[in-house]
Amino acid sequence: MTAATTAPHPPVERGGPPAALSSARGRALGKLLPLVLFAAVLVPLALIRWPGTAWPDALTVDLSAPLGSASDWIIDNRDSHPLFLYFFGHISNAVVLSVRGVYLLLLAAGWAGVTAAAGLIGWRVAGVRLALTAAVSFAVCGVLGMWVPTMQTLALMVVAVTASVVLGALLGLAAGLSDRLYRALRPVLDTMQVLPAFAYLLPVVLVFGIGVPAAVLATVVYAAPPMARLTALGLREADRGVMEAVSSLGATARQRLLTARLPLARKQLLLGLNQTIMMALSMAVIASVIGAGGLGDRVYQALASVDVGAALAAGLPIVLLAVVLDRTTAAAGSGTGSGPGKRGRLGWAVAAVATVLVAIAGRLTDRLDWPETWTVNIAEPVNRAVDWMTAHLYSGVPVIGGTADWAGRFTTWVLDPLRGGLQALPWWAVLLLVAALALLIGTWQTALTAVLAMAAIGVLGVWKPSLDTLSQVLAAVAVTLVIGFAAGIAAARSSRMEALLRPVLDVFQTLPQFVYLIPVVALFGVGRAPAVAAAVVYALPAVVRITTQGLRQVDPAAIEAARSLGATGGQQLRQVQLPLAGPALRLALNQGVVLVLAVVIIGGLVGGGALGYDVVFGLAQGDLATGLVAGAAIVCLGLMLDRVTQPTQRRTERRTERRTGRTRKAA
Amino acid sequence: MARTHRILAVFASAGALLAATGCGAADMTKQASPYANAQGAKTVTLSVQSWVGAQANVAVASYLLAHELGYRVDTVQVDEVPAWDALSQGRVDAILEDWGHPDQEARYVDEKKTIAPGGGLGVTGHIGWFVPTYFAEQHPDVTDWRNLNTYASQLRTAESGGKGQLLDGSPSYVTNDKALVNNLDLDYQVVFSGSEAAQITQIKQFAKEKKPFLTYWYKPQWLFQKVPMTEVKLPAYKEGCDADPEKVACAYPHTPLQKFLNADFAKKGGSAARFLENFSWTTEQQNEVALMIAEQKLSPEEAAAKWVKANEPTWKKWLTET
Repeated sequence: MTAATTAPHPPVERGGPPAALSSARGRALGKLLPLVLFAAVLVPLALIRWPGTAWPDALTVDLSAPLGSASDWIIDNRDSHPLFLYFFGHISNAVVLSVRGVYLLLLAAGWAGVTAAAGLIGWRVAGVRLALTAAVSFAVCGVLGMWVPTMQTLALMVVAVTASVVLGALLGLAAGLSDRLYRALRPVLDTMQVLPAFAYLLPVVLVFGIGVPAAVLATVVYAAPPMARLTALGLREADRGVMEAVSSLGATARQRLLTARLPLARKQLLLGLNQTIMMALSMAVIASVIGAGGLGDRVYQALASVDVGAALAAGLPIVLLAVVLDRTTAAAGSGTGSGPGKRGRLGWAVAAVATVLVAIAGRLTDRLDWPETWTVNIAEPVNRAVDWMTAHLYSGVPVIGGTADWAGRFTTWVLDPLRGGLQALPWWAVLLLVAALALLIGTWQTALTAVLAMAAIGVLGVWKPSLDTLSQVLAAVAVTLVIGFAAGIAAARSSRMEALLRPVLDVFQTLPQFVYLIPVVALFGVGRAPAVAAAVVYALPAVVRITTQGLRQVDPAAIEAARSLGATGGQQLRQVQLPLAGPALRLALNQGVVLVLAVVIIGGLVGGGALGYDVVFGLAQGDLATGLVAGAAIVCLGLMLDRVTQPTQRRTERRTERRTGRTRKAA
Repeated sequence: MARTHRILAVFASAGALLAATGCGAADMTKQASPYANAQGAKTVTLSVQSWVGAQANVAVASYLLAHELGYRVDTVQVDEVPAWDALSQGRVDAILEDWGHPDQEARYVDEKKTIAPGGGLGVTGHIGWFVPTYFAEQHPDVTDWRNLNTYASQLRTAESGGKGQLLDGSPSYVTNDKALVNNLDLDYQVVFSGSEAAQITQIKQFAKEKKPFLTYWYKPQWLFQKVPMTEVKLPAYKEGCDADPEKVACAYPHTPLQKFLNADFAKKGGSAARFLENFSWTTEQQNEVALMIAEQKLSPEEAAAKWVKANEPTWKKWLTET
């Protein structure tokens, strides 16, 4: 087909992608051939041994009994066993004490001190504009009546981010200096980046119980990988020439590291810090499910009483925190602020003194807590708007039908057949399909990982719910790609469109996942359709961004050449831009899949069922065995989906593109 | 700069902790919230469950603790079963509304003695299956479980496949519905909405269009004031008929709701502990506050303030009795 459509345009074909595609097709066939042979031998054997389409019972391992007894053992021995008294207990206490220390410090500085500090740090790092943004953001947190929860979240964040950065930097340093360690760590770190946050919650709860220590530790585990990854990358990418020069000057290994490699990696280190902060914030919100307190808890409580307005009042400070932290660390990374010169140091001193003065002034006037009369209640007007929306758009809208009707149709016509089809497929066919897809886009190693991950799901005994989750992911990804590519193409072709989209994407990229859930319930009711809708909205910005960037980066000379040959706009797009932007589009697919999975899992809170529900159920009923098995299945599903959609080469440039995706996930 | 200071402070406090505790044993039963007792204030940490009735208890209790007894109150949202664990570890001081968890009670109250009973809440809870009253009036026989199968086709939705839909709520709630549907041979599919919020939204949507539905629900609940519902009779409850969760084929019991306190807090909690033990009100009073929170969208503090102003004789007793 490729050859047929490109035939009328020989000049494009000669140097362009269609030629590359047809050779890729030959390669793909070559790759698939061994798989076909392999299947031809094994499938009949499997059929004889285990007839039927569902995953054979003989091949499952029931983990719930041992996991259940492990959980019981921990609860019974937590107050007496030395492992807890002398190890976990101290970790837990250290976390509680550190969070408390920071929290008390923030309260002691008072709202005036904290706001001034935020503004002054913004001023030193990036100038007056960021200073204003930061100060206003903190003030808005107070105005919304969320000062104390904001400080609680901030305290938790400071501790978690510090620990993540230290841990990540140490791991990254080790991996940056030792090749063997790098090879061992990289797949682990890469994998950790694609796992949904929900999968991290249960293991820490098992050991520490519900509360702040569990929340902080889950956050650290979730947020440390990008720091480690980027530190290692930064150290490894140090300019060979510079390194050569330094060592020829007779510097010792230590001097080389401290004076050349680390400073050269500054940009990567700060990017790592930025990503770690954003991911920590995202987790700090989700961790309210396991008792993190703070802003996330307010969102969670508000959602429990269908109070979109109150959820928004708590969600806005999260968004503002995210924007301020993101801008500040990004500015520090690009180095627009003043350097470490004498003036810079003087500026920092001025900022510190000013902060202390403001804090003391606040103390003396006894205005430490945000004054109650300065708060504004936005919950009521927001709720009125939401009520109106529900009343007028839910159903019975003439001609197009209401949103509930769409959701019903989407469930009946898309989700049900998809789920039914997947669950009706014989298990070995699913494995073969996974292998074939992974082989086509990746290498035999990725294919092997994907197949093993999928098989592990069967062994865990959650084959059916996993396919249910998978069907939701597939449907959501399809919708996301259709809308995302369309919007991306529009934005790439028209600057005005991009200017319109950009602020929208910026805001949507920082909203916490939780906030998406209730409006979709109001619009689409309960079930899988709202879960899919939330996932689509969540994944769209990253897909739109990557698509736009990919299309814009296409060599202008190629487009010019096509235009001079008389290609129309549509022809240019189809035959030049899209094929050349292929890698970016595949990356968009990969990111889309990862982000969609994360939200489809959380969709268990609004009737998405399947694996997400099992995790929620495990947490809610204290039935950690069910939750942990579901969590492991989520890990496997995430691994499989990532490997199946992963472009062949994980090139280093991917890092920068990835950032758009990661920042998204960091909401 | 301030940031470095903060980080230094973190390390300093962590170091101080290690120095203070040395290599001694950490006490896992004293894991107070890091946000407790800030700035020298006496703090009580209460567990709020996700349903609004529980929020009403907590709202009124915190209002009185703050305004009459001078405490700072922290609330944490925890699901029912994990709340027991948190209570035992001292992460929260009290649960004000428990719907009966015999396993947990045996483990923490009788065996480990880390949790102390705090007396009754005064409200009796009941779980059941409900249909909207407008539907029950048209079809009076729907309120008997034996006739449910004839209505299955009317209660079908996109999520329930070919069967009738039995709408269930949050996974954290006590439920035998899957076993019930199975053991009573009902042509129904249990659809979990995943959270109470989602379930309420769904019920309201059904009610607005006067559509029939069958739902797991419980009393006392403020939603009855907005959407009148009639209970479907299930085979009568007998002591012990729900012992085996797989074989349950009877209705849910009527449970007098209980309060539980952390054992240490019960001993050393002073006036706050006494107050929480005395705290007891009626179903109507709880509903009044719950309705203000959920329907009039008052914040829990405002709702509590309003109720406290109007009901002084009731709460005066909680403060004075010992």
